[in-house]
Amino acid sequence: MPEVERKYVTPGELIAEGNYKSISNVIRINNRFYATKVGLAEISHEGIRVIPLTGPYIPRVDDLVIGKIVDFSAFSWEVDINSCFFAYLSAQGVFGKEFSPDRESLLKKFSIGDLIYAKVIAYDRTRNPLLSVSGPGLGRIPKGEVVRISPAKVPRLIGKKGSMIKTIESATNCKLITGQNGIILIVGPPDGILLATQAIKMVESEAHLAGLTKNIQSFLSKYKEEQS
Amino acid sequence: MKELIDEKGLRIDGRRVDELRPLKIEVGVLKNADGSSYIEMGKNKIVVAVYGPKEVHPKHQALPDRSVLRCRYHMAPFSTDTRKPPQPSRREIEISKVIREALEPALMLEEYPRTAIDVYLEVLQADGGSRCAGITASAVALADAGISMRDMVVACAAGKASGQVVIDLNDVEDKEGEADMPIAIMPNLNQLTLFQLDGILTPEEFEKAFEMAINACRAIYNAQRKALMDKYFGKAEVGEE
Repeated sequence: MPEVERKYVTPGELIAEGNYKSISNVIRINNRFYATKVGLAEISHEGIRVIPLTGPYIPRVDDLVIGKIVDFSAFSWEVDINSCFFAYLSAQGVFGKEFSPDRESLLKKFSIGDLIYAKVIAYDRTRNPLLSVSGPGLGRIPKGEVVRISPAKVPRLIGKKGSMIKTIESATNCKLITGQNGIILIVGPPDGILLATQAIKMVESEAHLAGLTKNIQSFLSKYKEEQS
Repeated sequence: MKELIDEKGLRIDGRRVDELRPLKIEVGVLKNADGSSYIEMGKNKIVVAVYGPKEVHPKHQALPDRSVLRCRYHMAPFSTDTRKPPQPSRREIEISKVIREALEPALMLEEYPRTAIDVYLEVLQADGGSRCAGITASAVALADAGISMRDMVVACAAGKASGQVVIDLNDVEDKEGEADMPIAIMPNLNQLTLFQLDGILTPEEFEKAFEMAINACRAIYNAQRKALMDKYFGKAEVGEE
């Protein structure tokens, strides 16, 4: 394992001095590195980055998100993806290249209020993000319970190679679908949903602590014992 | 003229000339806002809420390359000893602008193009130096909202009362004193973002007041940092992991 030095930082705090690469949420002024967000700073041979503990969702290409249809026009839907921008889902992407608004109604596929699981296929600073629902598992969400967490904490909920998600899924018999935008969908039996919601909230409130997966495991097994 | 400093060198509220008022900062006090904070600086009580980045309405205000920062400094009708009419006064509009310009250099607005960031400062109780307390609290609320910042912003006033240079003026000293000089700094980058001076100081007094204000800002910065650390990392684990 390469050596990684970690510390808690607030904006403007000096993280390190020297010749490093800045990865994310760091500014560099004459070889001095300052944090730009509240979070966990990591100094390694790769460079310096700050893992933020709070912040808005900024879309990135290839992110999987859960969004809600809020409006539609002749050629596209407008989707609320819990960000500062509304995303667009084009009708051509759903019905195919041949799509013509006189022949097909957009309402046949998605109507206002529907939740969808979609992928961000294009986004840059100048335009609003564009979504796609073609791909395995993508499309309208028929059932489940939605939980919102801070988008900055989604990586923590997924865990290393999905370890955290797997832990919660196996203990609650539920299936979790995570949107990078901080919206989590839980599908499963009612008591499993309740337990999974509690576990997710626990991950959110303890995201900065080390050994979180273990804590969650003991929380879940304790609950199981009480039940039986 | 009213005597503001007694023969023992104590001010009307019992402070020494270089002593700050008691300070308390809390983070995340409002659930519905993206970021929030509450500050008590002496008798000042201010709540700050940050919303955004979000879509800009009206749309023509949006900038293609960066976010627009909007600030609203407002005093509650019950914040002063005689009722203050609730509509924004000339003074409040000016202070809103001054606060916006004090915060802007610290924010990395170019990271959020075509959006708006709103900062609402609500003064619940005013006691002189509320713009400084407001700036200090706003920086904390912006950090709580997770908006990228080059540095925090801290503000404090220095001035002159009964012929002596004093720090962190209260309401009476502000009104009866000879000078009031609020400043705001970015403590780690060592840059000044707000500088006002009402009254007259000699060059020597100015040098002294400026240095005292900078030192006071650094003390307040530590309180800001501690407030954020307490909220995000728990009281037990302040500092290194």
